[in-house]
Amino acid sequence: MANHSLREGFARVLFLAAAGVSILAVALICVFLFANGVPAIAQIGLPDFIFGTTWRPANDIYGIFPMIVGSIYVTAGAILVGVPVGLLCAIFLSRFASRGIARILKPGVELLAGIPSVVYGFFGLIVMVPFIRAYAPGNGLSLLAASVLLGIMILPTIITVAQSALDAVPQKYYEGALALGANHERATFRVLVPAAVSGIMAGVVLGIGRAIGETMAVIMVAGNQPVIPESIFGGVRTMTANIVIEMGYAADLHRGALIATGVVLFVFILFITMVFNVMKRRSEAR
Amino acid sequence: MTNMMLETAKGIDYKPSLQKPAQANPVPADREGAVAAKMGVYDLDLYYKDFQALKKVNLEFPENRVTALIGPSGCGKSTLLKSLNRMNDLVEGCRIEGEITLDGADTRRAIDVNSLRRRVGMVFQQPNPFPMSIYDNIAFGPRTHGIKGRSDLDEVVERSLRDAAIWDELKDRLKKNALGLSGGQQQRLCIARALAVRPEVLLMDEATSALDPISTAKIEELVGELKTRYTVIMVTHNMLQALRVSDKTSFFLLGEMIEAGPTEDVFTNPQDERTADYVAGRFG
Repeated sequence: MANHSLREGFARVLFLAAAGVSILAVALICVFLFANGVPAIAQIGLPDFIFGTTWRPANDIYGIFPMIVGSIYVTAGAILVGVPVGLLCAIFLSRFASRGIARILKPGVELLAGIPSVVYGFFGLIVMVPFIRAYAPGNGLSLLAASVLLGIMILPTIITVAQSALDAVPQKYYEGALALGANHERATFRVLVPAAVSGIMAGVVLGIGRAIGETMAVIMVAGNQPVIPESIFGGVRTMTANIVIEMGYAADLHRGALIATGVVLFVFILFITMVFNVMKRRSEAR
Repeated sequence: MTNMMLETAKGIDYKPSLQKPAQANPVPADREGAVAAKMGVYDLDLYYKDFQALKKVNLEFPENRVTALIGPSGCGKSTLLKSLNRMNDLVEGCRIEGEITLDGADTRRAIDVNSLRRRVGMVFQQPNPFPMSIYDNIAFGPRTHGIKGRSDLDEVVERSLRDAAIWDELKDRLKKNALGLSGGQQQRLCIARALAVRPEVLLMDEATSALDPISTAKIEELVGELKTRYTVIMVTHNMLQALRVSDKTSFFLLGEMIEAGPTEDVFTNPQDERTADYVAGRFG
């Protein structure tokens, strides 16, 4: 008996430790980011740091506004590309695709999620950038390239979450719509999709989170000039790109400013995660 | 007399003889006066894959009357109801032989499925209002069938809710989500939603079995009013309900229609022993 409770106690501690590791990791990252970033922000001045439009480390001018705008632009572009395609794909998979087609499509979508981002980057660099260069002003390394590429990258997230939201809509709504004389399309788009809307929004928010945090693929196709782009064919630098590109040689305040960029990014992600959780809870309340 | 009884046992006493709808309209033997069949089911065999759920069913549903389908679970009464508006089409492996008619027209060949379902409305066992506002629930059907104008829709919504005797309860909360209503209110909302597309027939699939007695009484009362304008066909487990509400009753057992006739006759003077046993509560 004593042996039994001892073993149980040991297992409990083990599980608790395992759970603790992930919490600890988040906490440590938090502490590291803020401990290193906040002093830099204080030294630069919060308004100058967030709203400063000039990033010139050589002169100790650290305004990350172009990077914040860059991240927002690129993410918005990715949403513009990824959400309609992903949503329609999810609706198709959930309500229109025959079992045979779904059996091919579904693993395809899952494969898309498994491709490393550097491979996406290569694809963008070798296929999309030359295409844009051929048909539009500039050298092709652009906001447009980054947006389309990210739009493709967030497809699996949106499709998977939206599809499970659609699959979870009770069949009785569908039958109710048909019994009123609605056809399959109308029942799907006017009843099932609205019924799944909070789950679908959760997928979109998750996609936004993925897009804003993506680094490698964006660096390879975005051009990375630290200025606010004048058109979708102009180059753009995101917050993530800013950190990766300069971290290798930065020191002192420059290094602090890059970590502080991470802090801003962290706050963005925190906000998005909160929105996601609210959406999810609302979706489950249904 | 024996001949008459035999026909009753086959459940075709509503007309002097079983006739295909294309043929001349015979005078039905209804004690309340001549009533034509709004819908009819003729030699209906229905299979779910290899299982035969309905066997050579012949039954007519008189216009502006309430017809109740009774019988123990699994007897095929719900299956019959669902084949009247072709909801069975959704069931994989469901196969139908025979003829089902609406105003004499073949529902599976002569009528488009969506217009059939508009003309033959359905209320389900579980209330299933859409997760949207009360107004949008009612307006969904009319919008589906092309009514777009705001004032037209307002009118339809009010009329439908009044017809379902729930306007006074809901008129101040039309913009509220329908899922916030009580079960009984939800079911009457579903009736209003079905009425909003101006159906000719209303199918009710054990529509009160998930409700409390007071809500049930309200809906039974409502059905009594609705039959002046609609043909109502209801499946019920509750024999007292059939007795209270319906004009014609049809008893099913193991996929066969055992007996059909004026409700009073079926309950007080059943022609078949199995019907007698069932309505007396000896099995079920």
